[in-house]
Amino acid sequence: MEKRVFFKGWWLPALLVAPQLLISFVFFFYPSGQAIWNSLFLPDPFGLKTEFVGLDNFRFLLSDPYYLASFKTTVIFSTAVSVSSMALGLYLAALADRLIKGAGVYQTLLIWPYAIAPAIAGVLWLFMFNGNIGLASYYLKALGYEWNHTLKGDQAMFLVILASSWGRISYNFLFFLAGLQAIPKSIIEAAAIDGASFWKRFGTIVIPLLSPITFFLLVVNIVYAFFDTFGVIHTITSGGPEQSTTILVYKVFSDGFVSQDLGSSAAQSVILLVLVGILTVIQFKYIERKVHY
Amino acid sequence: MKHLKAIIASIALFAMFAGTSLQAKVEIQWWHAFGGRLGELLDEQVNKFNASQNKYTVVHTRKGNYSETLNAGIAAFRAGQHPNILMVFEVGTASLMAAKGAYVPMYQLMKDAGQKFNPNGFVSAVSGYYTTTDGKMLSMPYNSSTPVLWVNKDLMKKAGLDPEMDLSTWKRVGNALDAAKAKGIDMPFCTCWHSWVHLENFSAYHNIPFATKANGFAGLDTELAFNSPVHIKHIQTLGKWAQEGKFKYMGRRNEAGKNFRAGECMLMTESSAGYAGIKKEAKFEFGIRHLPYYGATEAPQNTIIGGSSLWALSGKSKEENKATAAFLAFLSRTDIQAKWHQDTGYLGVTTAAAKKTKSSGFYKANPGTDLAGIQMMRNKVTQNSKGLRLGSFDQIRGIIDEEMEGVYSGKKTAQVALDSAVKRGNVLLRRFERANK
Repeated sequence: MEKRVFFKGWWLPALLVAPQLLISFVFFFYPSGQAIWNSLFLPDPFGLKTEFVGLDNFRFLLSDPYYLASFKTTVIFSTAVSVSSMALGLYLAALADRLIKGAGVYQTLLIWPYAIAPAIAGVLWLFMFNGNIGLASYYLKALGYEWNHTLKGDQAMFLVILASSWGRISYNFLFFLAGLQAIPKSIIEAAAIDGASFWKRFGTIVIPLLSPITFFLLVVNIVYAFFDTFGVIHTITSGGPEQSTTILVYKVFSDGFVSQDLGSSAAQSVILLVLVGILTVIQFKYIERKVHY
Repeated sequence: MKHLKAIIASIALFAMFAGTSLQAKVEIQWWHAFGGRLGELLDEQVNKFNASQNKYTVVHTRKGNYSETLNAGIAAFRAGQHPNILMVFEVGTASLMAAKGAYVPMYQLMKDAGQKFNPNGFVSAVSGYYTTTDGKMLSMPYNSSTPVLWVNKDLMKKAGLDPEMDLSTWKRVGNALDAAKAKGIDMPFCTCWHSWVHLENFSAYHNIPFATKANGFAGLDTELAFNSPVHIKHIQTLGKWAQEGKFKYMGRRNEAGKNFRAGECMLMTESSAGYAGIKKEAKFEFGIRHLPYYGATEAPQNTIIGGSSLWALSGKSKEENKATAAFLAFLSRTDIQAKWHQDTGYLGVTTAAAKKTKSSGFYKANPGTDLAGIQMMRNKVTQNSKGLRLGSFDQIRGIIDEEMEGVYSGKKTAQVALDSAVKRGNVLLRRFERANK
C-alpha cells in the first residue's frame, strides 16, 4: 500500500520544497548552466575578452588522443577503486561480524582511516613510496624492485588506486557491517541446521540480502572514484607520468586551472555531466532491477 | 554602570579612528612563490623596505609554486581580488604580455609615480625577456638564473675520476657516467627542469631555434621546432642513460636537487640558484661547471634565463601604484640586488650589482658562482638565444615533460616523443593565437 498525502492549494507545498529547489538552483542548475554557456566560448585567461566558437571546444577535445585516453584511465581507475575497496570492506565486515570479544575496538580502528581527508591520505602514501625518503620504496629496492612512480605509469596508477581505496575500505566496511548485522540470525541458523556450509550460506543468503547495500555502495563508490579522488591524485602524481593517472575530473582541473583554458575545461565538464547522467540512469534502470529490497 | 559602558564604547570608537589615522600608510600586496631559504631572504627584503620609510607597507604572501602563484593571480584578477604585485615565472611572460589591460607596464608605472628608474641598468640578457620589441619594459626582473652543471667531487673521487676533469661536452660527461656506473655509483646523473635545461637552454646554447619566429618574439604565429636532429640526439642520449641506469629520473621540477644535496647524485644539471640550498645542506665538496654541449656543433652560444619577474597588476588606486613603484625601485637598488645575487645564486640582474659583487671579492671566495653570469653573457645574443616568448607555455612544458617521461621509461624513441610534443604544442599555440588575436 502506498501512502499519498494531498495538499490543498499550492503555496504550502511550494514553500516546503522551496529550500531544496533553491539549493538545487544555486549549486546545480546555475553552475551547470554556466558550464554549458562557457563551453561555447574561447576566453583569454584573464577574462578580458572572449570569442564565440560554437562547438569548437568539443571538436578540439574529441580530437585530442590524451582526452580519449583519459576515459580509459577513468574506467580502469574507478573500477579498481570500487571493486578492491568493496571486496576488502566486505571481507573485513564478515570477519568483524563474527567477533565476540573486543568487537568495538576492531570496528573503531577499522573505521579510523575514513576520518582522513583524501589529500592527506595522498601525502601519507606519497611519503611511504617517495623515491628519496620513502620506507616502502626503500624496502622494495632492498628486494631488488625498482620503484619510481614518477616515471612508471603502472606504478603510479597502482599507488593512486591504493591511496584512494584505503580510506574507502572503512566506509564500505561500516555499511557492510551494518548490513550483515541486519540479517536475521534465525535464517542463517536455520540454514546451518539444514547442513549448509559457511560459503553456501554466504553465497545464497548473505550476498542476496546484502544486495541493496551493495548496490548503494557501488553507486557511491563510483561517484567517489569519479570526483572525490581529486585530492589523492593531485598530491601523489598530479596526473602524471605521461597523463597515465589523469582521470576525467583531474583533466577538467588541470586544463582549466593549471592551463587556464577555461573553454575546454567547461566543455569537459559538460561531457562529464552527460556521462554521469547516463551512468546513473543505467545503474537505476538495469542494475537496480536485480536488487532485492 | 550604564555610563561606564558608554565610556568604554566611546574609547573603543576613538581608538578605532585613531588607529586608522595612524595607519594612513598605504598597504600593498605582493604574491610570490618562494618558501624555504628563498622565502626567508624575500621576507628580509620586504622588512627592510617597510622599515626604510613610513609611507608604505608591503605585505607578502606565498601562493605555492610558480604555476600555482600565476594561477592564483589570474583567478583573483577575474574576481577583482588581485594583489598589486604578482610574481610571474618566465614561462608565463607571454600570457601576461598578451593580456593587455591586466597590468600596468613597468615604464608607465614608474613614469606615473615620478619614480626614477633606469631600464638600461639591467643586464640586457635578462631585461630583454620582459621588454617589448620596441624597447618598453613591461615587468621588473626579480630573480633570474641559468642552468649549470653541479659536481659532487667526493663521488667523482669514489668513481676513480679526477674531480677537476674536463666536463665541457656531453661526450665527456657520458664517459664519466660510464666510469661511475662501473664503480657502482647508484645515481651518476640526475637533472631538474627537463624542458628548461635539455630543450630550451639546449637550443639557445647550440644556437638552434626552439620555435620559429625568433622563438616567438616576432609573432604569435610561431611554431615549435625542437624536433631537429640535434635535439633528438640529445634526448635519445638521456633516454639511453636512463635505460642503462646512469640517469635517474626524480620528477619534473627540482626534485632531483634533494638527491644531489643528500650526496647521492654525482652530476646534476640544475639552475645556478640551486646554490642557496646546496651550500646550506651539502656535506661534501661540490663544484660548479658550465652546462655541457655537443663538441661537434659550433662552440656554445649562451644560455637563457629562468626565474621570475614582478608585474604590477592593473585596477589599483594611484596611491597604491605609487607604493608599488617605490617598492620595485627599492628592489632594483644595487645593494639589495648584490646581496640577493650572493645569497641565492641568482644572477645579478643589474650591471651595477654584478660589478659590486665582483669588486667585493665574492667570486674569488666562492669559485664557480660567476659561471652562470659568464655563460649567459659569453656571446652576442642571437635570435635563437634571446629567450622564449610562447603562449600557453606552462601547458606546453607539461606536454614536453610527459613525452620525455615516455623516452626515459623506454616506451618511446626520442624522435616519436619530440615529434608528438611539437605537434601537441602547436595545437595549443594556435589556440592561444586565436584567443589573443
